[in-house]
Amino acid sequence: MSVIYVLLTISIVVAVVFFTAFIFSVKNGQYDDTYTPSVRMLFEDELVKAAPEPESKKLNQPKENNQ
Amino acid sequence: MGTDTCYHCGDNCVQDNIVYDQKNFCCQGCRTVYEIFSSNDLTYYYDLQAAAGASPKITECKYDFLSSEAITDKLVEFQDDDMQIISLYIPHIHCSSCIWILENLNKLHKSIFSSQVDFPKKRIRISYNWQTISLKELVLLLTRIGYEPNISLEDYDQKINKKEYTLIYQLGVAGFAFGNIMFLSFPEYFEVGEFWIEQYKPLFRWLMFFFSLPVVFYAARDYFISAYKGIRSNLLNLDVPIALGISVLFIRSSLEIIFDWGSGFFDSLAGLVFFLLLGKFFQQQTYSFLSFERDYKSYFPVAITRILNDGTEDTVPLHHIKKGDRLLIRNEELIPVDGLLLLGNAKIDYSFVSGESAPVYKEPGDKIYAGGKQLSGAFEMEALKSVPQSYLTRLWGNAIFQKDRTTSFRTLTDRIGKRFTIGVLTIAFTAALFWLFIDSGRLINVFTAVLIIACPCAIALAAPFTLGNMLRIFGHKKFYLKDSQTIERLARVNMAIFDKTGTITTTKKETVSYQGMDLTLAEESLLKNTLRASNHPLSRALYDLLAEHDIVTLDEYQEHIGHGIQGAKEDGQIKIGSATFVGNKSGLANQNTAVHISANDEYKGCFVFHNEYREGISNVFNSMQSNMELAILSGDNAGEKSNLEALVPLGTPLHFNQKPEDKLDFIATQQQKHKRVLMVGDGLNDAGALAQSDVGIAISENINVFSPACDAILDATKLPQLPSYILASKQAMKVIKLSFVLSLLYNVIGLFFAVTGQLEPVIAAILMPLSSISIVAFTTVATHIIGKKLS
Repeated sequence: MSVIYVLLTISIVVAVVFFTAFIFSVKNGQYDDTYTPSVRMLFEDELVKAAPEPESKKLNQPKENNQ
Repeated sequence: MGTDTCYHCGDNCVQDNIVYDQKNFCCQGCRTVYEIFSSNDLTYYYDLQAAAGASPKITECKYDFLSSEAITDKLVEFQDDDMQIISLYIPHIHCSSCIWILENLNKLHKSIFSSQVDFPKKRIRISYNWQTISLKELVLLLTRIGYEPNISLEDYDQKINKKEYTLIYQLGVAGFAFGNIMFLSFPEYFEVGEFWIEQYKPLFRWLMFFFSLPVVFYAARDYFISAYKGIRSNLLNLDVPIALGISVLFIRSSLEIIFDWGSGFFDSLAGLVFFLLLGKFFQQQTYSFLSFERDYKSYFPVAITRILNDGTEDTVPLHHIKKGDRLLIRNEELIPVDGLLLLGNAKIDYSFVSGESAPVYKEPGDKIYAGGKQLSGAFEMEALKSVPQSYLTRLWGNAIFQKDRTTSFRTLTDRIGKRFTIGVLTIAFTAALFWLFIDSGRLINVFTAVLIIACPCAIALAAPFTLGNMLRIFGHKKFYLKDSQTIERLARVNMAIFDKTGTITTTKKETVSYQGMDLTLAEESLLKNTLRASNHPLSRALYDLLAEHDIVTLDEYQEHIGHGIQGAKEDGQIKIGSATFVGNKSGLANQNTAVHISANDEYKGCFVFHNEYREGISNVFNSMQSNMELAILSGDNAGEKSNLEALVPLGTPLHFNQKPEDKLDFIATQQQKHKRVLMVGDGLNDAGALAQSDVGIAISENINVFSPACDAILDATKLPQLPSYILASKQAMKVIKLSFVLSLLYNVIGLFFAVTGQLEPVIAAILMPLSSISIVAFTTVATHIIGKKLS
């Protein structure tokens, strides 16, 4: 039955990983603006006659922490 | 005169109708923006949302101060060899087109690396190469495309407000521990006494113990601090029994597992803290795009042009202005300090300061005061004081602005908390005494069980969830409150005071009535055409009100700044303006704003402007007078008195010519008579009164532009709803009281188990979440019903 130790350890480690991920995302300001990204993702890559600008660049740019 | 709407901004093309690229534009500005966008392949802007733009209003030299390095250093967030990052507030941000165009700034100028919009805050962060585009050029570029940033003294004095994440972290910790402890304590709920459980019991129990440490010492920290502060100032607030409950839970549970008496109440402990914090978090409704803390700094310019002795100009930060400096005030600029007018004519709009709607004319040698806005041309002035000592800014030196109202107000929950604490302690001691004689072994068990089960979790949740919900409902109805406490204060108001100008009158519309001799058709046409050429606000207002006439070209047109205009056509000549300018001999003293007319040097009459009252305002007064006293305080003169009397219920006191301090004092006097005062105002001149009152509501026609410091901001179109909002806040307080009754019921059930000494961990673990969740459900449903009634 000592497998219970292994299982407990695994479950707690997984929980801690999620917990730190949560703390990290809050610290990073990912919850500061929850509206704009939802609009941003709906923009079409409109026709560009000039030099092509990778429009999708903005979507996966890491957010800097500006607080 | 077509009534086409502008392709760029959606306004009616009244004055000019420029057709460009088969599209109508209302002014050159809008056309230029369209041109910029279309030449850069950014016309998608118009596909996203039609007519989302704003006409650019460019005043040259307005941003000259951005050339000064000392000032830009204070404004930028980050700077290295070639990159600068700045965060700007742009009031016009309002739709997806705005986001799109502002995030594609790099297509307009190659020196801009990237820009990111924060829509709820209406801010944009731009990183750009400052070697090739200066901050001033960047701001002018934004202004040119109709997105003028608002740079005020407040940004310059940047108080870096660290974001408060503490509560979210605490909530995370409590939630994390709550989930894990629940799952660890599950095997022991059923006490089956199997070999397997007996063997691993200590491991599970100690794991729970370690999980609960951060909950008690980090997540629940604020409750202990608040309880300690409460006891120290002899206040038994609701945090005292909460802190008591948490510590008893923790100590008893720890002892239980140390001495192997039982499994402890760690699951209830973590659950309790988690729900309490959830309530706290729920109450924090913030409108990040609104500011409730504004003072004069939010709209004073950052810098001003100073004229040196050798005649050259330089730009100085506002704080550096000394007595005796010569300053240049341009068109549409604010006067930053009290001073003397030296050169040029001033026409000053003091509505921000005094509420007086008509502009005031000043001549060289006159004293002028800070806070006025210059409306025509530029003038030079000499500063007689520094900024903090000026008449307007001194208002903020009043002690009322230093007082934190939240600490002095005792909420319903706090008042209940005192009785509750006394009640719980009484029951606990009585039960302990009783068991002392029956079975002394159970004494500690019962005593602690009472404190545990009576921990007022549900009571503590009632107010946050009800008020948090109400805040959101009000927000949807365009009534934005600073915090949940405001609802409670609003429910207790028994006197309402209204400012006149801009609050119960509209700032946009005015009605006009003509007094004097009738004009002939030729004269009317001449009048209309002369007015067409003028940009004076009164001319514009009058022009829009007069009947249509054919457009003719005038032979002669002259504008005398500060006096009036005159025009001539063939044989007719007309003068429009002040009484002295047109030669009004009758000496007709009228306190209202008036435009006088004379044709061919013969006085004809005058157009008198009246304030236009907001629709439904008299209904507001009538429905409010039944349960509170009313009063009107106006900074304006008494010219409107008769009109106003017709609107308000009989016997309502009307006070005119009130200075900002007078308003503040009036309210303070009423409060000494134990009145709880609601003040409704709109301008800086009401700021003192709004701060002094129990609830200060600022009325705003455009909530993004400006509102003085207040407790709540109400969209002007919703003013007729104000009585129903007050009623709704009263109903919300009733809901809280009902929730108290409901949670007391739960407590009685729990106490029965506790007093008889049969409180098992599993009962506590069921009862606690059950009571909390049912309270939350009840308040949510009840507030939803209140919200439905509001519409």
